[in-house]
Amino acid sequence: MIRINGLSHHIGAAPILHDIDLTLPRGKLVALIGPNGAGKSTLLRLVARLEPVQQGRIEIDGLDLSTTPTERLALAMAVMGQQTHIASRLRVAELVGFGRWPHHHGRPRPADRAAVRQALAAFDLEPLAHRFLDEVSGGQAQRAHLAMTFAQGTDWLLLDEPLNNLDMAHSRTLMARLADLVRGSGRSVVTVVHEVNYAAAWADHIVAMKDGRIVAEGPPETVLTEPVLSALYDTPIEVSRHDDRPLVLHHHWHDQLGSPFPKAADAPSHLLH
Amino acid sequence: MNARPLVAGLVLTALVVASLGIGAAQIGPGAAAGNGWTALVLMESRLPRTLAVLLTGAALAVAGVVIQSLVRNRFVGPDTAGTGESAALGLLGITLLAPASPIWIKMIVASLAAMAGTALFLAIVRRLPVREVMLVPIAGLILSGIIGSVVTWIAWEADLLQFVGTWLMSGEFSGVIAGRYELLWIAGAAAVLAWFAADRFAILSLGDQVATGLGLSTRGVMRLGMVVVSVVSALVVTTVGMIPFVGLVVPNIVARILGDNLRASIPVVAAGGAGLLLACDLIGRIVRHPYEIPVGVILGIIGSVIFLWLLYRPVAHG
Ligand SMILES: Nc1ncnc2c1ncn2[C@@H]1O[C@H](COP(=O)(O)OP(=O)(O)O)[C@@H](O)[C@H]1O
Ligand SMILES: [Mg+2]
Repeated sequence: MIRINGLSHHIGAAPILHDIDLTLPRGKLVALIGPNGAGKSTLLRLVARLEPVQQGRIEIDGLDLSTTPTERLALAMAVMGQQTHIASRLRVAELVGFGRWPHHHGRPRPADRAAVRQALAAFDLEPLAHRFLDEVSGGQAQRAHLAMTFAQGTDWLLLDEPLNNLDMAHSRTLMARLADLVRGSGRSVVTVVHEVNYAAAWADHIVAMKDGRIVAEGPPETVLTEPVLSALYDTPIEVSRHDDRPLVLHHHWHDQLGSPFPKAADAPSHLLH
Repeated sequence: MNARPLVAGLVLTALVVASLGIGAAQIGPGAAAGNGWTALVLMESRLPRTLAVLLTGAALAVAGVVIQSLVRNRFVGPDTAGTGESAALGLLGITLLAPASPIWIKMIVASLAAMAGTALFLAIVRRLPVREVMLVPIAGLILSGIIGSVVTWIAWEADLLQFVGTWLMSGEFSGVIAGRYELLWIAGAAAVLAWFAADRFAILSLGDQVATGLGLSTRGVMRLGMVVVSVVSALVVTTVGMIPFVGLVVPNIVARILGDNLRASIPVVAAGGAGLLLACDLIGRIVRHPYEIPVGVILGIIGSVIFLWLLYRPVAHG
């Protein structure tokens, strides 16, 4: 369980997070959603101790972030930030190999090598294993980065917009793999998701943020509703259903496409605020 | 692929043999055993000189890898980060204030000054916009220039200009004899230390975020890197003078071929630095035989050609 108490954050004089209290359940796939600038990345970076906590307290499985050594935390959580560009000229397999570094500190054992092979296979990277990172596509590099995070083998996985550079097939595969990790091996995943439908399809628990605050939290059924989403993104949004899960229709609003398309007859007026 | 280390080893061995053989005095192969005078030249001059060149080349190239991973920029070397000039400043200071202090005190002071200079460089680099890749080497050159002129000015005032000249001018090895180069072994040891910590430097190059995520204390690694770069620079500058380009071009060439997996590449970088410097030293000894051209001059020419090639080379694929 990740427990966040009274977490506030400022950059310069600008308040970014306001007194956040949040508990993230273990063994769940948690999706963090919200508009640009809501503070999702900041929250994730604070939890991942990539930035020092200014005010408040964060605890991960009973380990207080402020007192636990960073090497110990590397065995409890693996993180992939939003900026994944790596300037080093490493081979894909070497990068993924560094994911095991917290376990062996320079002397890899057979178990570490096996974990690297598994991670490479899980992300379709075997054919690219010996290519340099600056000689593969952006999406492939992103998958290598993800594989490194996987190889770390921690109970918690914190990901910031992991679908960023991935095509449809790889996005779906990644979400399926995350879900599998959660349901199959009881691990916990917290991921910022830009495209809400991936959250709708795969997440167990959704946290919605806006302006540095948590505005809604719960299972997809209760968070991915027309009123909540429309208020969250300040734009009218329609929610349908698909395979018994919410399907968010946000790509256009009915009358935006012009005359050949029918106006929404009963657009609920309370959404337009 | 597997023939590469063998070929490299053979080339390096050939260079060493040539270095032991070539000089103002003629030494034929196999002559060392019988003739006492030949043995003397070999043990007192040729061997120390060859070892000094090898140690300097290897240590500078490794220091180059280290500083490049600290600033995450390939266009810097230990000679363009203000480190050598800072060492000279420290040495000048201790020479003025406590001229009688033993050599090891002077070396410690020079190393500490080099560390302060490197720290200043790192602090400046941290404030530069990440995308402006070329600002980093420019900042280094400006810093080197400023500290260098402070050294020159103080030396001028104190009438020590000739003394200081040997550090700031392009370095050379003609003065190396037994008893005057042994401190370079410490520079070699610093390079070995960097190799032990190779993974840490490689992870540091992945960025602060990734390094922290993997549980690496970035400040500790930065400090270790500064010690390595400073000790190497200080010892090289004060024993043989400024040696340009080795720490810049060798890491770049090796990274092109082997990549940045430093645990695997640092030994190659060290061998490459040693080989390049020895080759340049040999050229300097041969071109105007029996006179010598300082190795720094030869390196200035060869190094800038290699550097221009690195800058303008066609983009590699595959
Ligand atoms: N370095 C910075 N300086 C000033 N403001 C920043 C900085 N980084 C982020 N912010 C602000 O913090 C807020 C939250 O950013 P972020 O956590 O990245 O949002 P999200 O990931 O939800 O899009 C935004 O309003 C952003 O403008
Ligand atoms: Mg973000």
